[in-house]
Parts: sequence; structure tokens; C-alpha cells
Amino acid sequence: MQEIVTSGLLAVVIIMAVVLILFAGRKNSQGMTKKQRTMLIRILIAASIMFVLQFISAENFAKLDTYLFSSAGRWLRFALYLTDYLIIGYDILKKAFKGIKNKQIFDENFLMAVATIGAMALAISANGDYVEAIAVMLFYQIGEWFQSYAVGRSRRNISDLMDIRPDYANVERNGKLEQVDPDEVGIGSVIIVQPGEKVPIDGIIAEGTSSLNTSALTGESLPRETKVGDEIISGCINMTGVLKIQTTKEFGESTVSKILDLVENASSRKSKSEDFISKFAKIYTPAVCYSALALALLPPLIRILFMGLSADWGVWIYRALTFLVISCPCALVISIPLSFFAGIGGASKEGILVKGSNYLEILSQTKYVVFDKTGTLTQGVFEVYGIHHNEIDNQKLLEYAALAESASSHPISKSLQRAYGKELDRNRVSDIQEISGNGVIATVDGISVAAGNDKLMKYLEIEHIDCHQTGTIIHMAIDGKYAGHIVISDIVKPHSKDAISALKSAGVEKTIMLTGDAKKVANQVSSSLGIDEVYSELLPADKVSKVEELLNMKLGKAKLAFVGDGINDAPVLSRADIGIAMGAMGSDAAIEAADLVLMDDDPMKISKAMKISRKCLRIVYQNIAMALGVKFICLILGALGIANMYLAIFADVGVMIIAVLNAIRALFTKKL
Amino acid sequence: MKKTYKIEVDCANCANLMEDAARKTEGVKAATVNFMTQKMIVEFDEGKEPAAVMQDVLKACKKVEPDCEIFL
Repeated sequence: MQEIVTSGLLAVVIIMAVVLILFAGRKNSQGMTKKQRTMLIRILIAASIMFVLQFISAENFAKLDTYLFSSAGRWLRFALYLTDYLIIGYDILKKAFKGIKNKQIFDENFLMAVATIGAMALAISANGDYVEAIAVMLFYQIGEWFQSYAVGRSRRNISDLMDIRPDYANVERNGKLEQVDPDEVGIGSVIIVQPGEKVPIDGIIAEGTSSLNTSALTGESLPRETKVGDEIISGCINMTGVLKIQTTKEFGESTVSKILDLVENASSRKSKSEDFISKFAKIYTPAVCYSALALALLPPLIRILFMGLSADWGVWIYRALTFLVISCPCALVISIPLSFFAGIGGASKEGILVKGSNYLEILSQTKYVVFDKTGTLTQGVFEVYGIHHNEIDNQKLLEYAALAESASSHPISKSLQRAYGKELDRNRVSDIQEISGNGVIATVDGISVAAGNDKLMKYLEIEHIDCHQTGTIIHMAIDGKYAGHIVISDIVKPHSKDAISALKSAGVEKTIMLTGDAKKVANQVSSSLGIDEVYSELLPADKVSKVEELLNMKLGKAKLAFVGDGINDAPVLSRADIGIAMGAMGSDAAIEAADLVLMDDDPMKISKAMKISRKCLRIVYQNIAMALGVKFICLILGALGIANMYLAIFADVGVMIIAVLNAIRALFTKKL
Repeated sequence: MKKTYKIEVDCANCANLMEDAARKTEGVKAATVNFMTQKMIVEFDEGKEPAAVMQDVLKACKKVEPDCEIFL
């Protein structure tokens, strides 16, 4: 039975190896490295020899004895198997020897060398089954090969996904387009970006209109329209028109370089799970080696000394060798960083930049999310929200208001002008009288118009109607009569409400909003969004102390995240367990201060990021549990003599393959 | 002073061993090996010459993992 299985497996290996050499090997650039190719050929040769040797039994070799000297067949058989063994395993033996010389004994090379040499020795003494030792070495090498191939492949794939690095910039010289290294382009030079090319350097559009694909930066697939005078960020892809861009930054300071730097170094900040595994691996391997030694020596000694039985050295040594095969920690060690790397890669595809594996871990434990209001949950731009109790047409009222306020540069007057939407003829306005903090009185088309707050109305002794809505209220009086009021407020982002409920369903226990705004406004916003707690009228310094207070209140392992726009809340971002900056495209300060950067300003991305982190961590724990579980089960089975070396090597290689494939899952984020 | 070097290492555990070896090298303040991006980030002690220290780091790494490479 065992022979059939082994032959079948060998046949599969041979076919796979041939196919891989023929097809994947051809395209050298994206296929295998030279090392992997050589290894694959060695695997192929060793597997083929073994496949053939399998069919020649020891009895057939024994027939040689009659022609030559006695036991010649036995020696020939050994020599053939030994050759095969050396073909597949010589490098392992060499490395193991070097390891011993360098006093770095307990690595997997040593384990494999001892286990297979031991198995060979047992086989020589019995003229028995050499296949086992070679098969173990062969499958170990196949596992190693697969690991290096799969990891290399996925590493490249993930890196490609994040590859937004522009290779060149087009500069016009003597009327001709020239491709130059983006590093060589100085501030203020004009670069040309053709349709289909990446914008290499941040700048301002000097000529041309186009639509831009920002999906590499923000994960947003809708194209963004741009025109002359607009700021343009490197990393976008120009889709339709030729653009001339005057650069405002050097390449090294441009958004794309900053992001690349951040993403590439992200996996260098190691998470607790990674630290745990690397510490664990350091203890695990020596521990298993000593147990193997104990397993080889103690039971036989006990049997001889105390039980009066035969020692059965062979059996126990075999079990100990099986132990050694199981003890390789590689599956465990590889799958953890790979999972995090894939998670970070998947997140960056969505426009979420994570600055380190550790932050992905913290994010997955986040139970409290603290928001800044303006610019985070609301758009941070004041807009006309409603017009009430007016006696005249809405548009007419807006026109009067915009004209009366036309001299002011206050955001409110700007929002009125924006809402009016047409060009203002300043000549229609005269006698502008600004009453500080209250509003303006002006003459428009010869009619007196007053626009301002309730104090202005009281001052003019005009009866006004209070508004039930929150926001900034502009009461209007035309020709001495009350004409209604305009409500201006900072509008809530369209996704804010969904974002809060998505966070709740993603397992966040409490959402909290901090704002410097008036209590009434804050309460209205928070209740409309479904936020649990709100603290209003805070100064910037109060926000830090409030977050500290909240940090002290939270229980156990729960983590607190702060979400801000990254511009004026850097201290709070760094004080929280994890700081999330939104709408950071082009803002260096935000990228600098935050641990997690959302490239666009959609609050839905927060829950998305949390889901990605949860998935990633789930995969990490699955891999740890699976790898450890299978290894421990095999250790026990091996010690009891139920598991043989085949099972042991499949436990090792199989677990690793499953772990690597599982880790790759972290890359897929679309359905979250 | 912090410098990043490109490395070549096959297995993740070996990368961990290299990290350990680099950390223990004289003149190295901190070292991180990023297996996924195949990079080694080394922070040097004040007043140490990176090139000289890196020779020792390479030697130490070769000791724990003969197959590794650091591109200096």
C-alpha cells in the first residue's frame, strides 16, 4: 500500500516538475530564479531515480551476488540509493555541517540531516527501506522549493499591486520630449504627462484638461476631472488629455514617494504576533531536539533497567527521528509576516495606508472610535442648508443676501455666493455698513437690506422668527420688513451615518465625537448620525485631555482610535492608541502624524480598514493554531509510534502550503 | 544614522536569525529585517562607520545563514 502511494506521489512530482520547468521556466523575468530552477531539476532527477529504484526489489539485487561477491547486490543497492540521496540532499548536509561549525546547531538543516542520515543508517543495518529517508529529504526539498516559489511570487504580486512608482518624467527639451529620471526634475520645471501615463511629481496644471484615475492612491474608481490651475498629485494616472504640469515639489517629497516609502517600510514594524512567533521558534526547535534525544534514549533505558524488556533501540530512534522532521518551524514563521504583508497590500489597494503590521493588529482590537467633527464627519465647508419663513422667492432672497455680504471675505458670505451661483454685480450694492459680529446693512437696488443674526434684528427693532434648526442663522430684513432666514451649516458627509452604523456592526462598542463647535450644533450632528457620546466646545488642548481621559476609562485590551483630518489634530492623533487621518491625499502633515492614513475622505473606509484588519488577524491566528495544532498532534502520534516519517514530512510541507495559501487570502478585500 | 540594505534570504526563520545576528553586532543600535520586502534596516551607533559595521553584520549573518546575501 505504502509503495503504491509513494509511487503515485513520485509520479505526480515528476510530471509537475517537468511541466514547471517547461512552462514557468521559460519566462525568466517573472518565473523562477536560477536557484529555484536548479533545485527543481534536482528534484526531478532524484524523483525519477527513486521512481525506478522502487520497482527493483532487494531480492532482484540479491541475484547479483551469484555473479559477483556475496552481498554485492546489497552494496550496489545502497550505493544507488545513496547517490539519489546525495543528489537531493547534499546542500542540506553541507549547511548542517556549516551550522555545527558555526555553533548554530539547531536549524532545520541539522534536523533534516540527522533525521535522514539516521533513517539511512537504520535502513543499511536491515538492508531495508531506504526510500523513506530519501522521500523525507525529497519532500522536504519540494516543500522548501514551493515555499520559496510561492512566497517569491506572492511577494512580487503584492509589490506590483502597490507599485505606483513612476519610472520617468517627460520633459520638453529643444522642442522634443525626453524621458528623464524623476529625481532630476527640479521644482518649478514643466513636465508633460501623456494619456495613460502616471503623474510622476506633484504640481499644478499649466496646460490641458483631463480626467485622472486616482484608484492607485484612493481606491476610488470614479475618474476625477481636472483643469488648468488645479493641483495634481503624483501617482494618479492621466486618462484622456495631454497635461503640462508645473512641479511644486521634488520627486522625493512628492506624494507618491512618501506613500511608497510608507508602504514599503510598513511591514518592518512588527506586530506582537510576529514577535511571539519568532520568540517561539527560538525555543521550539531546541526543545523538540532535546525531546527527540530524550525519546531516543530514555524509553529504551527504562525498558532495559526497570522493565526487563529488550531495548528496541531501532524503534525508539526511528520515533525520535520522526520528531526531528516535525520540528521545523518554517511554516509558522513564514505565514505570519506574509499574512500581514498581504493585509497591508490589500488595504493599500483600497486607499488605506497602514504604517505597520502592529497597527493592523491594534486596529483589529479597536472598540472605541473617537471622531473629530469638522472635516471628518462633516465636510468642513459651510453651505446653505435651508431657507425658511421667506416672503419672497428663495433665489431672490439669496441674491439679496449674497449682494449685501459681497464685500465680506467671511466663509459665510462665500457660501452665500456659492449658493446663489451666478455672477454678482457689485454696482447694485451701496452704503455697505458692517456691524461687527452681527451682520451687514446695505442698500441693494435702492432698497435697504439687512442680513445678520438675531442681535442685528433686535438692533433694527424688527421682529424675527427663531429657527428650530441648528447652524448659523442669517435673518434677512428687506426694506425694514422681516423677509425670512437662511440657515447655513457645515453639512454632514453623505456616508457619515452609514459609516457609524458600519462601525457598530464591525464590533465597535462606542463612538464618540469631539468638537470645538457649539453644543447645540454638536448634539444635532451626533444624534443625526447615531453617535453615542459627544463632547462639545473643546479647545484643541481639551481634545488631548479628553482622549487621555477616555484612554484611562477603557477596559482591558480594547483599543481607542482617533479619527481626524490630520491638519490640526496631530497631537491627538499621536496620543490615541491608533491615529487615523482622513482625506490625506497631498497632506504631508497628516501622513506624518497618523498611524493609518485614508487617502480619500470617505468615513466608510474606517470600517473597511477594521474589517481588513480583522480578516488579516483572523488568518494569522488560524495559521498559528493550525500549524501548532498539526505539529503537536504529529509530535504525539510520532512519539506513540503511530505517525511515520512520511506523515511527519507531509505535516510539515502540507501545513506550510496551506498556511501560505491562507495568508494570501488577506489580500482580497473587495467583499468586506 | 539609519540605512536600508537590500538582502536576499530564502526562509522567514533565517530572516529572523539574521535580524538577531545583526542586532548583536558591535556598532549596531537597532536592526530590522523585512523578509517580505527583502530589506534590512540598520540603525548605527553614534560615530560608527556604517561600511565597516556592515562588514561585521554580513559576517555574522553568513554565520547563521550561509545562504544569505546583503547587497552593500
